Amino acid sequence: EVPTMAVEKVFVYNNTSIVQDEILAHRLGLIPIRADPRLFEYRNQGDEEGTEIDTLQFQLKIKCSRNPQAAKESSDPNELYFNHKVYSKHMTWVPLGNQTDLFPDADFRPVHDGILIALLRPGQEIDVLMHCVKGVGKDHAKFSPVATASYRLLPDITLLQPIEDEAAEMLQKCFSPGVIEIQNIKGKKVARVANARLDTFSREVFRHEGLKNLVRLARVRNHYIFSVESTGILPPDVLVSEAIKILMGKCQRFLNELDSVPME
Amino acid sequence: VQADGTDGNCVTFVLHDEDHTLGNSLRYMVMKNPDVEFCGYCITHPSESKINFRIQTRGALPAVEPFRKGLTDLMGVCQHVLNTFERSMKEYRAQR
Repeated sequence: EVPTMAVEKVFVYNNTSIVQDEILAHRLGLIPIRADPRLFEYRNQGDEEGTEIDTLQFQLKIKCSRNPQAAKESSDPNELYFNHKVYSKHMTWVPLGNQTDLFPDADFRPVHDGILIALLRPGQEIDVLMHCVKGVGKDHAKFSPVATASYRLLPDITLLQPIEDEAAEMLQKCFSPGVIEIQNIKGKKVARVANARLDTFSREVFRHEGLKNLVRLARVRNHYIFSVESTGILPPDVLVSEAIKILMGKCQRFLNELDSVPME
Repeated sequence: VQADGTDGNCVTFVLHDEDHTLGNSLRYMVMKNPDVEFCGYCITHPSESKINFRIQTRGALPAVEPFRKGLTDLMGVCQHVLNTFERSMKEYRAQR
């Protein structure tokens, strides 16, 4: 529910490419836009035009032409045509109203320049105007600020008996690298759990008869490890902070309602 | 808000525009309260985004009290997590 900016409305002035209008619009919507959503407001319901505080305008205007200098027999499209691949770097920001004053040194563009939007051939052109709005991932997945966000509990590996020599080597191979460390105590190799956090819990150790009963795999019940992968709009630590603030905002909303509505 | 019966001990709150995000966390916080006899939430229908949140207290405590306390406690937990997280991020950045 952390909001982001994404393309919502696409005004198609000219699209003579093979990509259909609606497919092109769908692809444009999914492109992550590098714009801090905290600087913008949500668009009001029923407001079709959009004001400068809630809309970002982008333009994509590109035309494919033939390259007169290409060699006669070449079949490489990179040589034959100009602008035959439409990338996200061809999207340019068109400031609305007083946005040039509000954001003097901001540079709004897609997060990645190399996203391929469409392919063109000579004579085809795309001329669209895009309006970006603020929205949440709950509404449409294009507004999601994360690629994946998951959590797991910290693994807890206990060796029930001391394990030595070949058994220790085999044990080390059963777990992810770095989990089990082999130490040389008094000439014998002894296994020790070095870093349980790296384990992926593949339970490989239970396939081996000799090691099955010597190891106990469990989870620490109150230690969570969250992995947050951002799409690039906001850095992951900002995302986590914003998410916590949104949860607090929800609580505050209900607390205010409780106080304002008299309970009978 | 629908109250069951004549006393204010069993109350079902209908929260609009909410789902498991607030429902489950709030239920967890309210369950920690020893005065609460029953606490649960359910999503009436997945197409509508509203939850029924029911609190039953033992004794004469009005049900609004654990609800309010749960919300305040949840806010406190979030604030603490936020502070600890920001502090650790600062330390991590200073260390790099």
